[in-house]
Amino acid sequence: MLKWTRERPVLWILAVMLILGAILSFLSPFFLTVPNLTNLLKQVSILGLLAAGQTLVIISRGIDLSVASILALCAVVMGGLMSQMGLPPGVALPVGIALGGLVGAINGLVIVKTGIPPFIATLGMMGIARGLALVYTQGVSFQLSSPTLIWIGEGTFLGLPIPIYIVLLVYAVLYLLLNHNSFGRNVYAIGDNEEASLLAGINVDRHKILLYTISGVCAGIAAVVLISRLSSAPPNVAQAAELQAIAAVIIGGTSFSGGIGTVESTLIGAMIMTMITNGLNILGVSSFWQQVFVGVIIILAVWLDKLKGR
Amino acid sequence: MALLEATGIAKRFGGVTALDGVDFAVERGEVMALVGDNGAGKSTLIKVLAGAHLPDRGEVRMRGEPLELRSPQDAWKAGIATIFQELALAGKMNVQDNIFLGREPCRRVLGIPFLQRRAMRREAERLLASLEVEIRDTRLPVENLSGGQRQGIAIARALHIDADLIIMDEPTAALAVAEVRKVFAFVRSLREQGKAVILISHNIQDVFEISDRITVLRQGRIEGVCTTTATDPSAIVGLITGAGHASSRRGPEHASLPAQP
Repeated sequence: MLKWTRERPVLWILAVMLILGAILSFLSPFFLTVPNLTNLLKQVSILGLLAAGQTLVIISRGIDLSVASILALCAVVMGGLMSQMGLPPGVALPVGIALGGLVGAINGLVIVKTGIPPFIATLGMMGIARGLALVYTQGVSFQLSSPTLIWIGEGTFLGLPIPIYIVLLVYAVLYLLLNHNSFGRNVYAIGDNEEASLLAGINVDRHKILLYTISGVCAGIAAVVLISRLSSAPPNVAQAAELQAIAAVIIGGTSFSGGIGTVESTLIGAMIMTMITNGLNILGVSSFWQQVFVGVIIILAVWLDKLKGR
Repeated sequence: MALLEATGIAKRFGGVTALDGVDFAVERGEVMALVGDNGAGKSTLIKVLAGAHLPDRGEVRMRGEPLELRSPQDAWKAGIATIFQELALAGKMNVQDNIFLGREPCRRVLGIPFLQRRAMRREAERLLASLEVEIRDTRLPVENLSGGQRQGIAIARALHIDADLIIMDEPTAALAVAEVRKVFAFVRSLREQGKAVILISHNIQDVFEISDRITVLRQGRIEGVCTTTATDPSAIVGLITGAGHASSRRGPEHASLPAQP
């Protein structure tokens, strides 16, 4: 196929997004309006944050099924610290994000020390973290009313919603880490050929623990955005969001067989997923159909990616 | 004093004894061939010297100094570079990333290390040019390259370390004749620079063409160390298979046993 799509895979997925945008704005006059686009950027933020850390994990040939549960656990702990213990957001939010990192580090340690495949280890953590969130709250949702949270949830800067700046900051950090730091080179190498990475003297175990920690931190940051938008911290929030995050990574062209992928494509993958949901909402299509469309898009995206590689 | 001296190296994997008290030494400016059948312990021995396996027993000395080889980095610091078989390249990564894998040059900006991509590219091109390996673009993924080009990349990795001892595991396997010539020319130039080379090969013809001495491993033990000019291929094959002196060593009652394949 075209040469530029092979050299710059992000352009390919960007083109898909623009075509989708063009179709949606053709079908509905409401799609390309400032309020809707603002809404779109808010909607993409949580999915985008979960998918960000997930991208690194999948590049290293792992997977993290526990991100949505970690998000829920972080959300209720942040909520509990603020509403039950009266701590200010300036303390509660960083503690919650750190908790996400800690849970992620436990994922990494279990994978590295026991040799259990990442799929199984994080499947277990998916249940553990969600269960702990329910135990901690006894199933009820903390109501939150803090000016800081309202500012994060509703505020804008230069006309754009605050969450999108958080997303861009996280992606910028991960972009630099992957592309301009030896850590990133090592992550690609581990996903590509773990044996070669070991022989090259890369501390594979330490890198894996760090990767799952980063994924947990991203889930913790997503929790901040989520409780800000909801003004509450329900323990059963974001069910099955890990699958959407994985779908966004895959649509972005990151390979499940490891060693290939970029964060910028994942962000566009998350945009495409959100645009489908948003577009179908605007068009008045039943939300039951939305799942069908997302499923079809995932299969199409991977298939087109395979064709492109030939 | 030998450049590298390994004494009493032993290594077991579960119930399998891979190395059973191996003594092995290499002098400066010498090409030492390491031969033996599959499972004789060649790969285990070089992985011990490369820092990839920790031996159960034994000692490795470099220039008389005892070494503690806990990782490949320890081996590089001691001046030992190892070129593993093809498996040691990351196929989807590009040429320069593979050459610098595990020790990328970085520049610190505000304490944060940034990759020096331009320097990596320049150095990669210089190293490949010095090996006469022609690669159109060092940003190509290595899985798209030929066996010779990939071997060139693996050698460039070792060159970059600037080691005193270079270990090569089957460097000519799967190479075209012209590419084998190039690898040999490179080995000779290393010898002229006073460096030592350990060469693992299955190809007895290659071994006789390039080596100064030959060490034969059999079933985890040293079967013999020969000066290449003072021996011949059939004697080496005899040592490899254990058939060479079976009658003299085992006595008449075992002489009728078939030789190990």
